[in-house]
Amino acid sequence: MNNKDLLNLIDITVSFEGFLALNKLNLNLKNGELRAVIGPNGAGKTTFLDVITGKVKPTKGEVIFKGKSLVGRKEHKIARLGVGRKFQSPRIFENLTVKENLEISVSTPKSPLNLINKSIKDEQLNEIERLMKIVNLAQKVDSKAGSLSHGQKQWLEIAMLVGQKPDLMLVDEPVAGLTDEETDLTADLLKSLSGENTVVVIDHDMEFIRRLDSNVSVLNQGTVLCEGTMETIQKDQKVIDVYLGRPED
Amino acid sequence: MSLSKIKFDKKIVLSFWIILIALIIAAPTLLPVFRLNLLGRYLSLSIVALGVDLIWGYTGLLSLGQGIFFALGGYCAAMYLQITSSSEFPNNIPEFFALYGVEKLPFFWGPFRSPVFTFFAIWIIPALVAGLIGFLVFRNRIKGVYFSILTQASLLVFFNFFNGQQKLINGTNGLKTDVTQLFGQMVGSESMQRIFFWITAILVIAAWFFAKWVVKGRFGNILIGIRDDEPRVRFTGYNPVIFKTIIFSIAGGLAGISGALYTVQSGIVSPQFMTVPFSIEMVIWVAVGGRGTLLGAILGAVFINYAKSLVSEALPASWMFIQGGLFILVVTALPEGVLGWIQGDGPRNLLQRFGLKRKIETYPSLEVTNKEGNNE
Repeated sequence: MNNKDLLNLIDITVSFEGFLALNKLNLNLKNGELRAVIGPNGAGKTTFLDVITGKVKPTKGEVIFKGKSLVGRKEHKIARLGVGRKFQSPRIFENLTVKENLEISVSTPKSPLNLINKSIKDEQLNEIERLMKIVNLAQKVDSKAGSLSHGQKQWLEIAMLVGQKPDLMLVDEPVAGLTDEETDLTADLLKSLSGENTVVVIDHDMEFIRRLDSNVSVLNQGTVLCEGTMETIQKDQKVIDVYLGRPED
Repeated sequence: MSLSKIKFDKKIVLSFWIILIALIIAAPTLLPVFRLNLLGRYLSLSIVALGVDLIWGYTGLLSLGQGIFFALGGYCAAMYLQITSSSEFPNNIPEFFALYGVEKLPFFWGPFRSPVFTFFAIWIIPALVAGLIGFLVFRNRIKGVYFSILTQASLLVFFNFFNGQQKLINGTNGLKTDVTQLFGQMVGSESMQRIFFWITAILVIAAWFFAKWVVKGRFGNILIGIRDDEPRVRFTGYNPVIFKTIIFSIAGGLAGISGALYTVQSGIVSPQFMTVPFSIEMVIWVAVGGRGTLLGAILGAVFINYAKSLVSEALPASWMFIQGGLFILVVTALPEGVLGWIQGDGPRNLLQRFGLKRKIETYPSLEVTNKEGNNE
């Protein structure tokens, strides 16, 4: 363990009624790092996010975030500590407008009394404006989020994630169903976020991962198979066997 | 959504309120006492319906146990009236105690001698009970149909408990209020009933504004967020348990006020307020009026109950069929309820279907999500 590390996963094991979703997984993230996580279906990528965000409690092992253990904490407490998550399929509040969605994410403190009593702060409104410009939704401020296109929903959710100002962003398949152009823009956006934030991106899309130009962790059968740059892992025989064996497209 | 977004002219809004207030003031002279009393009772039911709309329409919590809080409010009001009108009875305690040989007032009756205590108890006691039940249930992440079953089970527990406590609260017979005195007047008298009608009308409007204030802005948006995707709300850093407990407690408080007003206007409170069908009816009023519209809850409660009494007078025993039919109609054809249908472009789609109105050639605006079809 290193002082500069933002997150350490130590020997995480998750067992669902005997099935090991994660098996002694170890992973360390440095502050400001952009990390891609890939792996075949069922490798435990989403469970890995579930463990960090508190949705799933590990059977064994320890999650250390900013020097504190996350195991056993409630989801909303972990979120308040600075862990933000974007889901695989866009999960936004479809019956609220784009602006209302962003208001929910940028509002602090997140107590009922604050929300019912006070109107939103000016700096938070400015932040919403800024976010909407970044993700090209400025014209859609008052549209119901449910009426957005798939790509716009993905971006709205990314904007909500950024609005939460998390130290650690966990992004699950941000480019699923996006056009090539949107994929490129998303890759640039995520790259620009790292440095200040620590970002973990999970995806299948090899072209997209390559564009991120980051360190890659390959998961297989609930454990880290290999870590390194895209070039290193592409040459790794184990990775080729389980994952990259087939020609990519 | 187009209609609901229209900002009505200030003059129209003002004249609406003037007419409404004039009607409320004039109602006692326009309506016979019997009808006025019915209207007052149905208006008081619209307050419990507002609470149901807050927890179900906005937050997605389908409670089948609102009768608990409704009855608690009613009992608080009735206990005050009984105990302050008991000076001529043996031991200075309410008359019914003599039937069971009780000579000493049960301890919890004592505070109800105070009008101030009663005034607060009517809404705070139901709100606290709701908050406690809610917190325990929500903390354990019980939701959906399990929540509904649990609230109905709690209702039955309360019903059976109240039914069996003859020596404490006159059990199944309930507490009568119409022959008690308030400020030197008989509660069941015509002049008192007129005052109760006005108080009810004012409180319905106040409760409506209060509910609107609760759901407006970010707090209301979190409620909708909890209804649509609770885990997402958690991962954004909010604790849904607190929000759900607060709104369930608010609905409980509204139910208590509603029950107290209903009690003084119907002349009695009894465990019958906690029967299973009555609490389900509350849900039906909101479903028919329009979930998540607030106004729909008020209109649903008043109109359905008025229809119920008119139909029952003309064709006794047919009401249950009509009510069942109404519910099926709403579930199958108008899932948003009558008001939700009107606000959601329903009338225009209907006219278009019959060729009475031209179809719009482009999308009216992209934000309109057209659930009604329009895809011929």
